Amino acid sequence: MQDIIEIRWHGRGGQGAKTASLLLADAAFHTGKYVQGFPEYGPERMGAPITAYNRIGSERSTVHSNIYFPDYVVVVDESLITSVDVTAGLKRTGAIVINSGKSPSSLKPFLKGFEGRICTIDANRISEEELGKNFPNIPMLAAIVKVSGVVDAAKFVQDMEASFRHKFASKPQMIEGNMRALKRSMEEVREV
Amino acid sequence: MGIRERLSGNEAVAYAMKQINPDAMGAYPITPSTEIPQYFSAYVDNGEVDTEFIAVESEHSAMSACIGAQAAGCRAISATSSCGLIYMAEMLYVAASDRLPITLAVSCRALSGPININNDHSDVMAVRDAGWLILFAETNQEAYDNYLQAMRIGEAVSLPIMICQDGFITSHAIENIELVETEKVREFVGEYRPKHFLLNPDEPIAVGPYSTPVYYMETKRQQAQATLDARAVIKNVAQEFAAMTGRQYGLIETYQMDDAEEAIVIIGSSAGTAREAIKQLRRLGHKVGMIKVRSFRPFPVEEIAAALQAVKAFAVMDKDDSFNGHCGPLFAETAAALYAQGISGPKGISYIYGLGGRDVRVESIQHVFSELEKIAQTGNPGATYRYLDVRE
Repeated sequence: MQDIIEIRWHGRGGQGAKTASLLLADAAFHTGKYVQGFPEYGPERMGAPITAYNRIGSERSTVHSNIYFPDYVVVVDESLITSVDVTAGLKRTGAIVINSGKSPSSLKPFLKGFEGRICTIDANRISEEELGKNFPNIPMLAAIVKVSGVVDAAKFVQDMEASFRHKFASKPQMIEGNMRALKRSMEEVREV
Repeated sequence: MGIRERLSGNEAVAYAMKQINPDAMGAYPITPSTEIPQYFSAYVDNGEVDTEFIAVESEHSAMSACIGAQAAGCRAISATSSCGLIYMAEMLYVAASDRLPITLAVSCRALSGPININNDHSDVMAVRDAGWLILFAETNQEAYDNYLQAMRIGEAVSLPIMICQDGFITSHAIENIELVETEKVREFVGEYRPKHFLLNPDEPIAVGPYSTPVYYMETKRQQAQATLDARAVIKNVAQEFAAMTGRQYGLIETYQMDDAEEAIVIIGSSAGTAREAIKQLRRLGHKVGMIKVRSFRPFPVEEIAAALQAVKAFAVMDKDDSFNGHCGPLFAETAAALYAQGISGPKGISYIYGLGGRDVRVESIQHVFSELEKIAQTGNPGATYRYLDVRE
């Protein structure tokens, strides 16, 4: 199992956490990995807390349960850290990446004594500055790639550009904006 | 060599449908199978298939449309889940008794109530006696592979066939998959050439006429025979499929059963979770194993009995309760299979698990094995009808 990296995403309905988990699965697949990307489904509503998951490894995971002992946790909405037990089961050797303009050390008191790496990235600000809208999921995806190293960073940037060129063929400004957001996030993510 | 991809289970089934290019699809959307007709209707719209897509107002009509199309001499398909499947129930029986090899993809979901959209097997188990062949998949790969084999099996014995996977757990999860090249798929599946069909001017026939007591029972006996005949057909088609892809299938799959003292019998995606549980327990020296049921109809009586005959204790895992105050449906049939084969040594218990999407963890399966070890040691099964991972 050591070979398989497990990631849990916490977000709110409409923020794109599910999409980000599927994009991460895609990116890892392109580097030859075995992947799983799946959200926890229920009666989704805009703004309600949602969870999504990734398993990524050089061998196939046959497990079809949710993830209880993740290596990494991504929190797409900072307000969740006081309402959801985001560090539940998170390994000490792992890391949590939170969408926040605050410093990692200032969030530590909310993380129930989590002793691993704490990282923050202001994905809302990056998204608003680069895309003019609050779509935090792409910067968050870039941050977890940087922090976890689960996918080779250079290959990831290359693949995402190709994927944006395909997805936004008719909106070139979205390609450039997303690429800037992605690269900035990889540079600006902070850690303690 | 195959094509390496990553797809959800629903995408994989829709892709198999596209590769096969059947004649007609009658479908009505219901979560979590909605994506199947959704993706497929896009293939129709893009001209990637020349299938007649029949949008209907209910699942009852979806199956009725399939029956009409298949009776006319077409290959007809549909997809559904949960209440949609049981709303089809009346027409499922008609499709089977009319001996129409329709292919139905099911992304399994709990039945209401309470209303719930998540996975269990109560939908398929509710129609298990409708006369359809029923194959279950553990993964997106198996859902795809079963679908490619479905028409060969159904058409060989003139019975309709359900290709089932677990709703959301595999239907909506992206995983790696190896696809077969489309030319190879079409060569493998072949053309549908029914012996008798409605639109044959040289042989006017009636389909589904009234059957008096003089004929009804013979019709049912023939259905029973076709189901029996399907056992060999499923194995033969699997052999040909293995020659093409290298992937082996049978009526059941056994995992670590050679020297197993405790075993579980299980269906669907949780078999993968059980695999990991067994791997970990084996490392600690526990002699544990698993029988995964791929073919629920026909029921693999001899295979299951042979696999279980030497174990000390076994648990049958049902994602459905029969509410008979006694056991789940897979347990009932497994126990009957053992009795029919004259095997009474192993102690067996029935576990109801994973209802309405209750997550099934590696630890859940390990708990079952720890209970089985107690039973094996004491020879006392205790309560034989149990619920797993439930608050009481």
